[in-house]
Amino acid sequence: MSMAIQCENLTKRFGPRVAVNNLSIEIPKGSIYGFLGPNGSGKSTTIRMLCGLLVPTSGTGTVLGFDVMTQSEEIKQRIGYMSQKFSLYEDLTVEENLDFYAGIYGIDGPHRKKRKEELIAMAGLTGRETQLAGSLSGGWKQRLALSCALLHEPELLILDEPTAGVDPVSRRIFWDVIHDLAKKGITILVTTHYMDEAQTCDWIGFIFFGNLLAQGTPQDLIRQLEVQNLEDVFVTLVQQEEQRLAAIQPGTKGAAQ
Amino acid sequence: MKRFSLSRYLSIVRKEIIQIKRDRPSLGIALIMPIMLLFLFGYAVNTDVDHIRTAVWDQSKSQQSRELISSFVHTEYFDAAVYAESYHELEAMIDNGTVDAAIIIPPDYAHRLDNHEQADVQLFINGSDPNIARTASANAMLTLQNKAIRMQETRMEKEGMGKLEQPIELQSRVLFNPNMESIVFNIPGLIGLIMQNVTMILTAFSLVREKERGTMEQLIVTPIRPLELMLGKITPYVFIGFISFTIVLTLGIFWFGVPLKGSFLLLLTLSILFLISTLTLGIFFSTIAKTQLQAMQLAFAFILPSVLLSGFMFPRDTMPVVIQWIGGLVPLTYFLEILRGIFLKGVDATALWQDITGMVVFFSLILTVAILRFRKKME
Repeated sequence: MSMAIQCENLTKRFGPRVAVNNLSIEIPKGSIYGFLGPNGSGKSTTIRMLCGLLVPTSGTGTVLGFDVMTQSEEIKQRIGYMSQKFSLYEDLTVEENLDFYAGIYGIDGPHRKKRKEELIAMAGLTGRETQLAGSLSGGWKQRLALSCALLHEPELLILDEPTAGVDPVSRRIFWDVIHDLAKKGITILVTTHYMDEAQTCDWIGFIFFGNLLAQGTPQDLIRQLEVQNLEDVFVTLVQQEEQRLAAIQPGTKGAAQ
Repeated sequence: MKRFSLSRYLSIVRKEIIQIKRDRPSLGIALIMPIMLLFLFGYAVNTDVDHIRTAVWDQSKSQQSRELISSFVHTEYFDAAVYAESYHELEAMIDNGTVDAAIIIPPDYAHRLDNHEQADVQLFINGSDPNIARTASANAMLTLQNKAIRMQETRMEKEGMGKLEQPIELQSRVLFNPNMESIVFNIPGLIGLIMQNVTMILTAFSLVREKERGTMEQLIVTPIRPLELMLGKITPYVFIGFISFTIVLTLGIFWFGVPLKGSFLLLLTLSILFLISTLTLGIFFSTIAKTQLQAMQLAFAFILPSVLLSGFMFPRDTMPVVIQWIGGLVPLTYFLEILRGIFLKGVDATALWQDITGMVVFFSLILTVAILRFRKKME
């Protein structure tokens, strides 16, 4: 199986602090990979290294066959990225935002018109084309951001907590879109705190204090740890790791509460 | 992939135009602030020293002493603002700033003149502003000399000795600004100074605003190139700056009555080069600053050196060479020469090639530095 993302011993240090420690993951093409972990565990840092926003301190990695160290511009042309925070222009309308990113990705003429129509329909934004992005509610904003990230038909979609703070209905719609995209062969790397979302991923990676603690399908992880559901997997892993750390350095408490 | 993409550049331009249009107050500031500043400083920046407030202590109270006072007033350099009756009073008035000069005519002034003896007149000058002091003393001296010569002439004529001939007389001719009005010199400089500072601040905010609002993160995961982004951000402001410059220039010529000796078209063409340089300088500040506040502080920190080192206030020729080099880092330095050259001397581009080259070099350097500083990475 060919891999969309492949990285080995990827490490990122900010001064003395290790944000991501020797991370090795492989994400097969066309799959949905859920990245789980408490806040501040290194999820966003990993994602930013894969997108070419941050330079890894050490280790190697390829995204769609391009080296994250040296070919970040090639990667940027081929991936769609959505950050935690809404990062489109709030003072531009829905259509102006789409037009802007279409221009940035060099999509012009009838092709642009077609893509815009498809994406507005997909995101359910029909009728809101002339509304300012800033006046959209959370769920609409996320879908607009997703539309902008998909304009250039990327092979890989990287989503950093796309559904944080979004209502359940919008979350459901959003994930339906994600599953549709995966069926079309797009690889998706997504971080989330919602276990119901994680449950529907093909693969799960669990990161804590910059270390990848476990990796596998949701069913495998539940079976391995002999627990009932993914939430238990999450809690068990955090507790195990904190005990391990406490054993090494007595008095040190984890920051996962 | 590595090539400059017109599509990406134009997307940035279009986006900026929409954002500028939606942000009416900022657009208003960009267009109106230069006009307001020109009016404010056009009247404030006046280095002509005249109508110096002068106190007079006339102890002679004679026709001769009154004539002397009126010849002082006639020069228009002195205003006989107050009359005093003692040294103490005069000193108090100079101390508290009521007057900047004082003329003291002794009680025996008329008597001594009548007896063909030498009379002394005393002048006090507030020397804390050397400019005022120099003007006051030079003009007082000139006034008295002229008066003395005239008296001598009448006296000699009375004695039948004929007209007094001066052996040497200076024939001077002032070129370019015959009346030596400082406004003619200051307004062109002021136009340059105002335009530099206003345009610089416009772009100093632009990249930082994207960082602060989080839109930069989305932008740098796209294939956009720093050059496309920067030129795209500058382009709409070149137009705004150009409109603003044209208005201010017209006001300078028609409202303040500064005659434009050279080519209006040449001045407008070179102003575009100047605006591109100052806008790029703003972008450069934007790459250093992390917040809009920092960008503002950087821009303000730049204003003082540009007032003092560009030649706006003081002639650059008298500055130490090192300071002159530092002044070369201010785009206004080059544009001042261009403005004053075209405005006052009416020169053409060939006389200004050094400054035009200087500005092109400055623009290329600052753009290169800004591009190198701008990383498509997060910190």
